[in-house]
Amino acid sequence: MQKYLILIFLVFCNGLSAGPIDALQFDNPAQEKRYFDLIEELRCLKCQNSNIAGSNADLAKDLRAKVYDMIVNKNMSNDEIKDWMLARYGDFVLYEPPVKPSTYLLWGLPLILGIIGLMILLTKLKAAKTKPELEINPEQQKQIEEALK
Amino acid sequence: MNKGFIFLILVLTALIAFLAIGLKLNPRDVPSPLIGKPAPEFSGKTLIGDKTFSKQDLLGQVSLLNVWATWCPSCRAEHDVLMAIAKTGIVKIYGVDWKDKPDAAKDWLEKLGNPYVMSVDDQSGDIGIDFGVYGAPETYIIDQQGDIVHKHTGPITWSDWQKKLLPKIKELQAKTTDKL
Repeated sequence: MQKYLILIFLVFCNGLSAGPIDALQFDNPAQEKRYFDLIEELRCLKCQNSNIAGSNADLAKDLRAKVYDMIVNKNMSNDEIKDWMLARYGDFVLYEPPVKPSTYLLWGLPLILGIIGLMILLTKLKAAKTKPELEINPEQQKQIEEALK
Repeated sequence: MNKGFIFLILVLTALIAFLAIGLKLNPRDVPSPLIGKPAPEFSGKTLIGDKTFSKQDLLGQVSLLNVWATWCPSCRAEHDVLMAIAKTGIVKIYGVDWKDKPDAAKDWLEKLGNPYVMSVDDQSGDIGIDFGVYGAPETYIIDQQGDIVHKHTGPITWSDWQKKLLPKIKELQAKTTDKL
């Protein structure tokens, strides 16, 4: 049992991302945490499947520097930093797009499809349960017994 | 012709409809949040002549702001189209030399021709970031008030110019004469 628990624990340990290393100084650990959290939430628009933490693109480097600057020098809050990015790059720059009318479908569709799939499954299961028993008359029963001897 | 068959046909039709629309779209195209908003303020040194080029210089006319660099092969590809556009005299083209080496950029323009009224030196990429640039080339149509009306990502082909950019530019320019 313990082995399985350890295995499950390890599976969830993938917060360790191997990304480019910038040597940065922060005023306090809170700032450092904010920096590393933010750069994982922002998408690199150059390599669109990676966050700016894990991308070696020039744009990612520049944006990491901007995030650092905004945290350490300009004292901006996380929301202010995200708004700054949104104003320039749009919703796609955040890995979690804001929930607003244009993204209701994006957020809601997986749930809706899941529910539809579940409904179809339940309907099929019910149909299978109420399937009528095959009726065999005595004559056919005799033939079956003969064949099985 | 049972229910299952009809359902399948409907699903396939829907799928084909989605593909017909979706396959024509460019998945790497990120819509700009700046459309319809004022262009960001910027100011910097010009590549040639050591003057200052700022957003002020764009006001009062419809202009194209083209983000380019010497290390960008697509920029090389669209350069001839830009030269041709400049030659028509229909609209002025301004440049942002993005994350580039000014000396290499100057040589480039000397060798290939200069379609730009002027280009601002954006070595740091700060101007690009303010404009939401994520690759080169990118071109913005900016109106007389300095608002961004359209963004074109990727190189401009002559067909793009005729079908997408020119009509918008003509529409905007007509507005100036309306006011007179």
